[in-house]
Amino acid sequence: MKVLVVDDERDVQVLFEQRFRKEIRNDEISFAFAFSGEEALEYLSEHGHEAVLILSDINMPGISGLELLRRIKQQFMAPPPVVMMITAYGDDENYQSAMRLGADDFLTKPLDFSILKEKLKEI
Amino acid sequence: MNLNLKSLLNQLNDLEGVDPKAKAEILDLGKKLQKDVEILEFKLDRTEKVKQTTAILLEETIEELQQKSRAVEETNKKLLHSLEELKNTQNQLIQSEKMAALGELTAGIAHEIQNPLNFVNNFSEINQELVSELLELLDQQEWEEVKIVVKDIAENEDKIKHHGKRAENIVKSMLQHSRKSTGVAEVFDLNQLIDEYFRLAYHGMRAKDKSFQVKMLMHLDGSLTPIKAVKQDIGRVVLNLITNAFHAIAERGQFNKDHYEPQVEVRTKDQGDQVKVEVTDNGSGMSDQIIDKIFQPFYTTKPAGQGTGLGLSISHDIIKAHGGTIEVKSQDGLGTTFTFIIPKNQK
Ligand SMILES: Nc1ncnc2c1ncn2[C@@H]1O[C@H](COP(=O)(O)OP(=O)(O)OP(=O)(O)O)[C@@H](O)[C@H]1O
Ligand SMILES: [Mg+2]
Repeated sequence: MKVLVVDDERDVQVLFEQRFRKEIRNDEISFAFAFSGEEALEYLSEHGHEAVLILSDINMPGISGLELLRRIKQQFMAPPPVVMMITAYGDDENYQSAMRLGADDFLTKPLDFSILKEKLKEI
Repeated sequence: MNLNLKSLLNQLNDLEGVDPKAKAEILDLGKKLQKDVEILEFKLDRTEKVKQTTAILLEETIEELQQKSRAVEETNKKLLHSLEELKNTQNQLIQSEKMAALGELTAGIAHEIQNPLNFVNNFSEINQELVSELLELLDQQEWEEVKIVVKDIAENEDKIKHHGKRAENIVKSMLQHSRKSTGVAEVFDLNQLIDEYFRLAYHGMRAKDKSFQVKMLMHLDGSLTPIKAVKQDIGRVVLNLITNAFHAIAERGQFNKDHYEPQVEVRTKDQGDQVKVEVTDNGSGMSDQIIDKIFQPFYTTKPAGQGTGLGLSISHDIIKAHGGTIEVKSQDGLGTTFTFIIPKNQK
């Protein structure tokens, strides 16, 4: 299973690779990383359906997570990939916007990796 | 008649054997003399009177002058007091402008601290797991694996330190911003300061206006070594310019939503003894009439309560105090570039 993680914080990559070290080693999951909305769109247009899940932060410079979500759900391939949005704690406005734009699920910051792992199992 | 003259004439009159003609002539001369004396006495009397009036007048004038000088002194004191009050008010205004800018940053600061703290928590949790894993591996004597895990732990430790430091820097710069400027030059990394304030300003805007969008470009000259300047003051200038740029693109965005890609670019350039900083936006721009006034204190085009109009005037003062220059180029409706140049080595 391939997951595309979108976040402007570069260390998110090390974090995910460490948190999922066993799963990665056992080939249960693999990750691709994009550090901006623009990079994510680029990745998607090059790799198409490869990633089954997109996990995106909302607050990013340039194309925001919400805009990315909107574009994925509107323009990209059918069926659209599963998109999980990461919202800051208590940010109801972003939560509502993401709901409206068709986000499949939500996670709040700081990320609880055991919850994330549970959710990944269901996909 | 003058007494001396009278006795002289009497004596002359009593003299025997004097030619009566000559006698009559002398007596006549005596009478003329008497007239002259009378005129002189009159003149003397008049002069005396004039002298007295003048003395009185003089006295009155002096008194009047003294009164006036006292009044002037009084006015002077009042003026000094007003000046003092004005200075205080000005300081308060500068402080409140600083605080307003800080308020704008608070949301950005909260967001910016959240991320590094998450990393600190996450990486230290991972390390806990890795340490228990390590203990197992040691039991099993899996030396190759042990090496890998130890290396990971060390790397994570670096990350923890890095992000802890990052949060600390943010808190520090916030505290610094709210404090009175020390006015003391220190050595610091200008590129890093700009990077920090660019993010803070961005998240600050974002927190107030969720729909705020901007493409942020940073072209920071990698060859620029740390400079010596009043860090807090230069930070204020950078923050003012970036915040103004954000406001300008937000304003332009209100009127043409379609086909507008708001963009703010910050550039640094090492110029030997000096460093150049440029903040460019493709926002609302300014007309020449407005450009003429923007560095004046309290000049603002923002709605009441939204801008103090001190941002650029304070920035101008700070750059001048550093012996530098600040300039603006703008095209009405299209965008603006602010450029400042300061010496890299302040005393
Ligand atoms: N980048 C810019 N683009 C367009 N106009 C600008 C720009 N920067 C400044 N201005 C104009 O200059 C005026 C003065 O700016 P200044 O920073 O001194 O005060 P302000 O931003 O209005 O208020 P404050 O900074 O105190 O909150 C602004 O009101 C605006 O009209
Ligand atoms: Mg301003």
